[in-house]
Amino acid sequence: MDIIETVFIRNSLLVAFAVVGLTLWVSYLIADRFTHGRIHGSAIAITLGLVAAYFGGKLTGGNNGVADLTLLGGVGLMGGGMMRDFAIVATAFGVKLEELKKAGLAGVVSIFAGVVLSFIVGALVAIAYGYSDPVDITTIGAGAVTYIVGPVTGSALGASSEIIALSVAAGLVKSILVMIGTPIIAKHIGLNNPQSAMVFGGLMGTTSGVAAGLAATDPKLVPYGAMTATFYTGLGCLLGPSILFFIVRAFV
Amino acid sequence: MVVYGVALLSACLVVGMLIGEALGVWLQVEANVGGVGIAMLFLVFASNSSRFKSLVEGASGRGIEFWSAMYIPIVVAMAARQNVVAAFEGGITAIVAGVVAVTVSFALVPLLSRIGTKSVKENKEVDI
Repeated sequence: MDIIETVFIRNSLLVAFAVVGLTLWVSYLIADRFTHGRIHGSAIAITLGLVAAYFGGKLTGGNNGVADLTLLGGVGLMGGGMMRDFAIVATAFGVKLEELKKAGLAGVVSIFAGVVLSFIVGALVAIAYGYSDPVDITTIGAGAVTYIVGPVTGSALGASSEIIALSVAAGLVKSILVMIGTPIIAKHIGLNNPQSAMVFGGLMGTTSGVAAGLAATDPKLVPYGAMTATFYTGLGCLLGPSILFFIVRAFV
Repeated sequence: MVVYGVALLSACLVVGMLIGEALGVWLQVEANVGGVGIAMLFLVFASNSSRFKSLVEGASGRGIEFWSAMYIPIVVAMAARQNVVAAFEGGITAIVAGVVAVTVSFALVPLLSRIGTKSVKENKEVDI
């Protein structure tokens, strides 16, 4: 037992890579076998992450979820702010500015409308449930944008881990709902052509949700929705800890 | 070289964060104002500009692509290290926020799609 502990602690980041890799493998297997790809593997993996964090917290009584378990300390490093921001910025690589032009006015309007609208909804719900600190309200509002914009905004503003966890959960609910709801609602909202798919991607913004939802509706629409959705998280990271926070602070 | 891409990515993030911190000081808020978003803008401009071609193509580009592909695993790790026990009480807030955000966004799709098709039609009329 001693040997395991020594090796695991000394190589904590590598243990984290292996454990997270295994988690993703299991998640994609579940997504494939039991939901037939209807729910994206990434959403299942993030859900498993949150569940694990819950049990980690219960077991140790600490504030850092799984990372408080001696053997899994590296998860704290892997999922820390520096690595997270690094990976998120990397996703902007390969984004072509011409794509945005192709999306046209409606596409661009939908990205802005999507970010601001989801934020307002999330912020109002937070206020309705009794949150009064502008940092908390902004972080939960940003979580309703996506599960990435929430934590990025939260750590930029210095929100607590508890509020950041809530923002991840809000974004996750949104993402899963888009995956499941899109094929059901597609007919009613005229989601059957590239134009509306681009607007849809811009409004929803959750890349995994949009991709899985459109794939279940009509696989031909996926690239159009994904095109606008890729800009959404970037815009959210830009507006969340700046203009949107200032607006909340001015009102609360 | 792979490290050139990683270096470019790091530089974008560090400079973005510096600007974000500076904005925070300037605007008198204890926050990093939009640092990550600014860094993303830098990377988009760098990968679209011919000046940075040697830093974003070939092996260098693969250095950036690797970290881009690590995004979901890192998000999973991030989720696993949050204080979920404390957040559990507020769980209903998260669910309601997610559900309402999706409902409102769904409702807006036909509205905004119409703006698009209208402008397309107008363009066609001009063409004629």
